[in-house]
Amino acid sequence: MTKHESNWLPTTPRKSATFDDYTLSEIRRAAATGIYDIRGGGAKRRVPNFDDLLLLGASMSRYALEGYREKCGTDVTLGSRFAKKPLKLATPITIAGMSFGSLSANAKEALGRGASLAGTSTTTGDGGMTPEERGQSKHLVYQYLPSRYGMNPDDLRKADAIEIVIGQGAKPGGGGMLLGQKISDRVAEMRQLPKGIDQRSACRHPDWTGADDLEVKINELREITDWEKPIYIKVGASRPYFDTMLAVKSGADVVVLDGMQGGTAATQEVFIEHVGIPLLSAIRPAVQALQDLGMHRKVQLIVSGGIRNGADVAKALALGADAVAIGTAALVALGDNDPRWEAEYQRLGTTSGAYDDWHEGKDPAGITTQTPDLMKRLDPVAAGRRLANYLKVMTLEAQTLARACGKNHLHNLEPEDLVALTLEAAAMAKVPLAGTTWIPGAGGV
Amino acid sequence: MPSIDLSKTSLRDLNLALHRLAKDTNETLWTISNPGGEHSIAAGVDAPVTINIDGNVGYYCGGMNKEAKIIIDGSAGQGVGENMMSGLIHVKGDASQSAGATGRGGLLIVDGNASARCGISMKGIDIVVKGDIGHLSAFMGQNGRLVVFGEAGEALGDSIYESRIYVRGPVASLGADCVEKDMSDEHRAELIELLKTSGEAHKVDVAEFRRYGSARKLYNFNIDNAGAY
Repeated sequence: MTKHESNWLPTTPRKSATFDDYTLSEIRRAAATGIYDIRGGGAKRRVPNFDDLLLLGASMSRYALEGYREKCGTDVTLGSRFAKKPLKLATPITIAGMSFGSLSANAKEALGRGASLAGTSTTTGDGGMTPEERGQSKHLVYQYLPSRYGMNPDDLRKADAIEIVIGQGAKPGGGGMLLGQKISDRVAEMRQLPKGIDQRSACRHPDWTGADDLEVKINELREITDWEKPIYIKVGASRPYFDTMLAVKSGADVVVLDGMQGGTAATQEVFIEHVGIPLLSAIRPAVQALQDLGMHRKVQLIVSGGIRNGADVAKALALGADAVAIGTAALVALGDNDPRWEAEYQRLGTTSGAYDDWHEGKDPAGITTQTPDLMKRLDPVAAGRRLANYLKVMTLEAQTLARACGKNHLHNLEPEDLVALTLEAAAMAKVPLAGTTWIPGAGGV
Repeated sequence: MPSIDLSKTSLRDLNLALHRLAKDTNETLWTISNPGGEHSIAAGVDAPVTINIDGNVGYYCGGMNKEAKIIIDGSAGQGVGENMMSGLIHVKGDASQSAGATGRGGLLIVDGNASARCGISMKGIDIVVKGDIGHLSAFMGQNGRLVVFGEAGEALGDSIYESRIYVRGPVASLGADCVEKDMSDEHRAELIELLKTSGEAHKVDVAEFRRYGSARKLYNFNIDNAGAY
C-alpha cells in the first residue's frame, strides 16, 4: 500500500518555455487589437554575435604594440573603385542612414555634428536631405531609396556619396513605414504626401529591376554627378555572398551589409525578428565574394547591425570588413532610452532601455518625434558632442585591441586573430572554436 | 548650335558639356545624332536649352531633368525622364516601362505607347501618353497628372495618393484604393490645359475621358481594410 505523506509541497507552478509571458501577452494584444505589432529597433532576441568571438592577442609568436604610444592607424577610404572623389574618413565607424521624419531635425543635426567632430560620415534616410544635416555634416551620404522622397539632382550633387538602398537588416524585402503621428507639415512637404497619413514606402525601386538594370541606374547616377561621388549599395543581410557579387557586378564602389540586429524606425515585429540573418553570419560570405572576384579592399565593405563598442568594430574588421556603421548605438549616445526620462517611459507603458514605439512620435528623449515640445529636449550641440565622445571611445577601444594583436592599422586585423566561444559562432564566422582547430562546416560558402 | 555625334563623342563628354551650361548660355539649341540606344543621354541637365535627339535612346534619357526641353525623335528605353523636376521631354515614338517614374515636375509627352509602370511614384510631373499604357501605371502616384488617350493596363493607380489620372480608353482594372471619380468643370478645364500644352487642343474631346484617383481609404491603417492590400 502506498504511503501517503500529509506534509508534501505542491509542484512549483511551471510556465511554458514555448508560451512564455511575452508570447502570451502578444497573443492577448493581437486578439484585442486585430493588428500586428509595429515597433522600432532591430531584432531583440539573442542571436549569435560578436560577444561569441574573442581576439587572441599577442603571444610567443606575435609581437604586441605599445598600447598608448605606437601608431595604430584608423583611417579608411571609401569609394576608390570608380569615384573621382572617394570619402576619406578618420575612423572606420560611420553613422547609418536614418530619416528626417523618423528622427527630429535636431537629432539629424546632432548626428551630423557628432560625426563631423569624429571625422566620419553620416547618412540621410527615407525623407530627403535637410539643410541642418547637410550643414553640420562634413561627409554626408545621400540615400537613394525606392520611395525617392525629396530626391532631386541638387541634393544629389551636394552629397559626398550616394547609397542605393536595396534593403536593410531589420526588414530585407520590406519598405519603410512612417505613421500619421509623425507626418508633420514639414515631413509631409519634404515627402510630398498628405499630412497625417500612415505612410508606407515602396519596397522595390520604381525604375529598375534586377542587377542588370541596376548597373545602368548606377551609370545614370554617375553621369548626373559627373563620376565624382562614391556609390554604395546597401543590402539587408540575407544572401550576402550572392548579393555582394551582384553589387560588385552592378558597379558599386562600396557594399553596405546590414544584419538583422540593425534597427528600423517602424516595422512589424514579426518582420524584425524573423527575416534576415545575424551580422556575424553575413560578413565572411560577403568578404568571400569580394575575394573570389579579386575585389576585396578595392570595393569596400561596410557592415552594420548591432555594433556597440570597439570590440565589435575590431572583430568586424578582423573578419574582413573595411568599416562599420552604427544606428541604434548612435541614438543611445544622443540620449535615446535614457533613464532620466524613466517616469515618462513608465507613463507610456514601458521602461528605459525597452522603449521602441518610435513610430508613435512620443519619444521622451526628443529623438524619434516630430512634436515640437519633445524635439526641444534634444540639444543638437550637446548631443553631437556625446556622439563624438562615443565614436572616439569606440575607435580607441578598437585601436587598443588591434595593438594587443600587434597590428599598426585596424585593417591589419585578420580572421587569424579570432576564435569562437560557441559552435554556432565558429561556424558562422569561420574561425576555430577556442582552444581547438575546429571550424564547423568549413569548406562551404 | 552644338551638334554632337554620339558615334564619335563619348556619352560622358556630352553630359559633362551639358552640365557645364550656364543658365544664360547662348548655346540654347543642341542636336544629338546617332544616339544608338545609349543610356542616360542628357541626364541631369539644368539649363533652359533645347536638345533634339535624332534616334532611339536607352534607359533614363533626360533623368532628373531641370528646365531643358528634350525632343526624342525615336523611342525611349526604361525610365525616360525619371525624377524630372521641370522642363519638357517629348518622345516621338514609344516609351518603355517606368516612363516619368518619380517625376516631380515638368511635362513628359509620349506620342506612341508607354509600357508598364508609367508614372510610377509620380510626385508632380504631368504625363501625356497618346497611345496606351501598361500595368501598374501611376502606382503610389503622389501628385501630378497622367493623361492617356488609349487604354490602360491592369492595376491602374494601385495604392495611389493624390495623382489624378485621365484615361480615354478602357481600363483593364484598377489597383488597390484607386476609384473612378466624377469629372467636374475643374477637371475638364485641367484636362483642356494639359491637352493644350501637349499640342493636342481641339484634336481630342475631353468629354471622352474618365477620371481616376484615390479613394483615400488606405491612408490610415484600418484592420477592416486589410483584404484590400
